Amino acid sequence: MSKTFSIGGIHPDDRKFSRDYPIENFPIPKRVFISMNQHLGMPAVPVVKKGDTVKVGQLIAEPAGFVSAPIHASVSGTVSDVAPYPDFLGKKVLTIVIDTAGDQWEEGIDRSPEIRHEITATPEEIFKKISGSGIVGLGGASFPTHVKLTPLEGMKPEYLILNGAECEPYLTADYRLMIEHGQEILTGGELMRRALGANVSGIIGIEENKPRAIALMRELTSKSLQWKVVPLRKRYPQGGEKQLIDALLGRRVASFALPISTGAIVQNVGTAFAVYEAVQKNKPLISKVLTVSSSDLSVQKNYRFRVGTPISDILSLAGALEKDGNLSPQFAKVVNGGPMMGKPVSNLEAPVMKSTSGLLLFTEKETKRKEPGECIRCAKCFEACPMRLQPYLLYQLALAGRTQELEEHRVFDCIECGCCLYTCPAHLPLLDQIRMARNASLKNKRKK
Amino acid sequence: MDKLLVSPAPHLHSKENTRRIMRDVIIALMPSVLVSVYFAGLSALLVIVVSVAGCVLLEHLIVRYLMKKKTTVHDLSAVVTGLILAVNLPVSSPWWMVLIGCVAAIGIAKMTFGGLGHNLFNPALVGRVFLLISFPVQMTNWSLNNSIFRPDTWELPKGLLGAQGQLLDATSGATPLGIIKEGLANGLTMETLSQQHDFSYWQMLFGHIDGSLGEASALAVLLGFAYLLLRKVIKPLIPVAILVTVAVFSGILWLLDPTMNADPLFHLLTGGLLLGAVFMATDYTTSPMSPLGMLIYGMGIGVMTMIIRVWGSYPEGVSFAILFMNALTPLLNKIKPIPYRKEVSLG
Amino acid sequence: MTSTLLYTIVSLSILGGLLAVILYLVAQKFKVQEDSRIDQVLEALPGANCGGCGFAGCRAFAEHYVNNPDSSDFICPVGGYETMKNIAHILGREAKEQAPKVAVLRCNGSCENLPRLNTYNGSLSCAVAADLYGGQTGCSYGCLGMGDCVKACQFDALVMDPHTCLPVVLEDKCTSCGACVKACPRNILEIRPKGPKNRRIFVACSNKDKGAFVRKICSVGCIGCQLCLKACPFEAITIADNLATIDPGKCRLCRKCAPVCPVGCITEINFPPKKQETGNE
Repeated sequence: MSKTFSIGGIHPDDRKFSRDYPIENFPIPKRVFISMNQHLGMPAVPVVKKGDTVKVGQLIAEPAGFVSAPIHASVSGTVSDVAPYPDFLGKKVLTIVIDTAGDQWEEGIDRSPEIRHEITATPEEIFKKISGSGIVGLGGASFPTHVKLTPLEGMKPEYLILNGAECEPYLTADYRLMIEHGQEILTGGELMRRALGANVSGIIGIEENKPRAIALMRELTSKSLQWKVVPLRKRYPQGGEKQLIDALLGRRVASFALPISTGAIVQNVGTAFAVYEAVQKNKPLISKVLTVSSSDLSVQKNYRFRVGTPISDILSLAGALEKDGNLSPQFAKVVNGGPMMGKPVSNLEAPVMKSTSGLLLFTEKETKRKEPGECIRCAKCFEACPMRLQPYLLYQLALAGRTQELEEHRVFDCIECGCCLYTCPAHLPLLDQIRMARNASLKNKRKK
Repeated sequence: MDKLLVSPAPHLHSKENTRRIMRDVIIALMPSVLVSVYFAGLSALLVIVVSVAGCVLLEHLIVRYLMKKKTTVHDLSAVVTGLILAVNLPVSSPWWMVLIGCVAAIGIAKMTFGGLGHNLFNPALVGRVFLLISFPVQMTNWSLNNSIFRPDTWELPKGLLGAQGQLLDATSGATPLGIIKEGLANGLTMETLSQQHDFSYWQMLFGHIDGSLGEASALAVLLGFAYLLLRKVIKPLIPVAILVTVAVFSGILWLLDPTMNADPLFHLLTGGLLLGAVFMATDYTTSPMSPLGMLIYGMGIGVMTMIIRVWGSYPEGVSFAILFMNALTPLLNKIKPIPYRKEVSLG
Repeated sequence: MTSTLLYTIVSLSILGGLLAVILYLVAQKFKVQEDSRIDQVLEALPGANCGGCGFAGCRAFAEHYVNNPDSSDFICPVGGYETMKNIAHILGREAKEQAPKVAVLRCNGSCENLPRLNTYNGSLSCAVAADLYGGQTGCSYGCLGMGDCVKACQFDALVMDPHTCLPVVLEDKCTSCGACVKACPRNILEIRPKGPKNRRIFVACSNKDKGAFVRKICSVGCIGCQLCLKACPFEAITIADNLATIDPGKCRLCRKCAPVCPVGCITEINFPPKKQETGNE
C-alpha cells in the first residue's frame, strides 16, 4: 500500500483530460496587465512610470519588505498605465500595463534550450537569485519562496519535499512540466536543497495517477543519493503542505505551527523549475504553465504564458470564447486554479498571475450549487476534513457570528480545501461561511 | 449562459444528497420487510403500508399547513421513519394504533423540534415506546405465524379483540426474551426453559421468531447492515460497539451463572437488538458525530439494554436504551476532536 | 394507617424546613450587593438588548451608566432622548439633548441603475460575497443586495425591495441601533439625524472611484463633479476621494444641491414635491 495522509480526505474524479497535450508557448499578448499583488505579503512597489520603455525580464516593481517579492516585465514595450485595475475577482489592484512592442530581452538572460546541470552557485548566491527573481510558491498559495527558504531560529530543515502531487482534478500543468522538464525540476530542487544545507535530503512526492511522471523522475534520480521519488495513493488534498508532510514523513504539523517545525520544507515542482531558470539561466519569473480544460473536452490545452496575459486572450485562443468575446454558451463558470480550491473569475479582462495553474471551464449543470437543505448531522464533513475540524459546528458558529467559539474550535486551522462543502449531502455552504469567519477573525487579529 | 456564474470554491460537488441516503436506508430495510411479509402474511404488509403512509401524510400536512413551508416529504425521511416504526410493531397491531404511533413519531418527536435534523430523539422509537406504554397488551401480542401468507391473518379486529385481553393465548406466543424473563422470575432455570421451548439459533437467524416485524430474521437485518456499510451510509462503529458490549456483558453473567442467565448468542440474536443497533442507533441526527462519542454511545446502549433485559421489568430494552443515549448525544457531541499535536521532536 | 400518614407529614415537614433554612443560608452567603438603581435604570430602558449602545445588552449599559459619574457619552439609540432623560432623572443627572436618528442607505445601485454583470451562486450572505470578490456589479463599493442588514435588524425595520434589490429602511420602525451598519461589509449604511420634520438630504452613493469609471458602471453613482459643492450656500458638502458627503450638522435643507447633481444621487426624503422636479425621482 503506497503512502497517503492519515486524516480525512476525499476522492473526487480525476478528470485529467488534458494530460496528453504538450505544453505550448502562448503567443505574446498585445498588452499585459501586471498586478502588484501576485504574492502573499505586502504588494510590490512599481519602479517604472507611464511612458517608460521596458525589456523582457526588467525589474518593474520592488518588494515592499521581506515578505514580498519583486516583479519583472514579461514583455517588452512601453508602460502605458500604472493604476488600479480590477483583477479577475473584480477587486481593484495596482497594476502596471505594458503595450507590447517586439520581444526584446534583458541582457544576460540565457534563452538557449540546452539544460545546464552543473551547479556553480554558492548557497548564498542561490538564495539571492531566488529572492531577486520574484519567485513565489507556484502551487497556488504564492508565498514568496525566499521566505520559506530562510532558516528560522530553532528549526532545522531535514527534508526538502518537491510537491508533484497535483491532487486537484483537471489540472495537468505540473504533470506536463515533470514529463517535459524533469531534469530542470530536479536541478531546481537540488539548487534549493543546497541553499538549505548539505544534510537536507530531497523527496519528490507524486500521486499514483501519474505513472509516467513517477517513472521518469525515478529514472532521473536513480543515481542520486540525496533524492528519492515516493508514489502517493490518490487522494485529495494530498498536495496540501501539511497533508504532504504527513503522507511522506508521517509527521504532523501541530495546530498553529509552521510546516518547518517538522523539519520539512515543501516546494511545488513548478517552483523548482522557476528556481532552475532563475539560477542557471538568469531568467526571472515571467512565465508559467497553466492548464485550460473543460469536461466536455472541447477545450484542452497546456500553455506556457507570460505573466499578465489577459484571461480572455487565453480563453479565446483555446477556443472557449465566441467571436464577440463572450464565453461559449455551454460554459457558465470560469475558475482560476483547480476545481476544489480555485477562485471564480468574474472579470474576463483581468490578467493571469504568477501562480495561476489553470483556467477551467464548467457548465452550469456541473458546477451550479444545489438548494441547501437541513443539516442531518451525518458527520460526513467531519470525516472528510483533513484538519480534523468540525465543519458543521464551525458553520453554525459562523452564521451566529460567535467569534470566540470559532477560535476555540480552531477555525484558523482550516486550509480551505473544500472537502466539507464537496461532501455535504444537504449542500450546505459550509466552507463559504467558515472561510468568511476565518478571514474576518484574522483581520481582527491583525488589527490588534 | 449570458452571465458568468460566480461562487466560492469548491466548484465541484459529490453526488451525495439526503434523499439518496434515505433511499439507501429504505433499500437496506427491504430484506427485513420482505421476510416479515413472508412469515406473517398480508397483515404485516398492512402495518407497513399504514405506517409509511401515515408518517408521510402527517409530515406533509404539518409542514404544509402548520409550518406553512414547502413540503419536505420528498427527502424520503418520513418514509424511513414509517418503515422503522412498522418493523418495530407486532404483526397484529391494529391500524388505528399504528396511526397513533405515526402521530407520536412524526408529530411529537420530529416536527415539534423543527423537522429533519433537529429532533433530539429517534422519531420511530418515540412512536414505538409511546405505543408500548399506552397499549401494552397489543404491543406484546405476538401472533404465532408459521405458515406462509396465511389469509386468515387478514383480519383487522384481531388486535381489537386482544385489547379486551381475550383470546390471547389462542393466537399469540411470547418472545424468547419474554419467556426467559418470566421463567427465570418464576424460579425456573435456563436448562428447563430451553427444554420446554425450543430456542433454535438457526430459526432466530433465518426467521420465524415471534416478535415485531423486523425481528423476524436476524440474517435479513445483517443483510441490510452489509448494504449500508457497502454504500458507506453508516460506519460500523456504533452497531459493533453495541453488539460487543452486549456480548461481553451477557457473557460475564453467563459465565458466572449459566443456569440463571442466557448465553451471549441468545442475547445477540433475540429481540430487537440487531434491528436497533443497525437501523435505529445509527440514525444520523440522534447519534454522536465523533468516533469517541460513537463508541461511548454504542457502549452505553449495550449496557442499558442488558440492564433492562436482566433486571428491568420489561423483557426487552433496546428502544429505551437507544432513547436514553439519544438524550446524551448533544453532550457527547461536545467532545472536541483531537487536533494535530506536536508528535515529532527535533534534533 | 394513620401513623404512616403522620410519619409522612412530619418527616416531609422537617425536610422542607431544613431545606428552607439551607436555602436561606446559602442565599445570604452568596448574596450579591447590587446598586438598586441599576434595576431602576434597566426598567426605564427599552429592553431590546440590541447592543446598539456598544454594551452587551441593556443590563451592561445600566451598570456602566450607574457606575460612571460622567454619563454624557452614554446614549441608548433605541430609546433616544426621551429614555435618556428618564434615566438621568432617576440618578438626578442631566441628559444631553439628542436628535433622533435613523439609518440611511448610501447607495442607489438598484438592478436598473447598476446592472448585474455576473450571477452569484455561493452562500447567500453579503459578508461571504464581499470576502470573495468584487460583487455582482461593476461597483466595488455599492450594495451587494443579499440582505445581511435585514438579517441583522432586530426591529424588522429593514426589508429587501425585490424590484430594486436594495434594502429599504422603514423609518417608523428604525431605532438607529446601528446593527445594520455593523453587519454591512461595504459600510454603506449610515446613522444620520432624522432631521426636522423627518426631512433630510444625503448623497446616496459610496463609490470612491474616479468619475469616468463610475459613469461606465452605474447611472446614479457620484462622480465627484463638485457641482453640489458649488451650489451649497452653507459649506455643508465636502468631496473626498471623488465622493460628495453632506454634513447633517451644517445642512439647512435648502434643497439647492439636489437639482444640480447630474446623476441624481443626492436624495431628499420626506420633502413635498417641488414644482419643477429635476433631481429627485
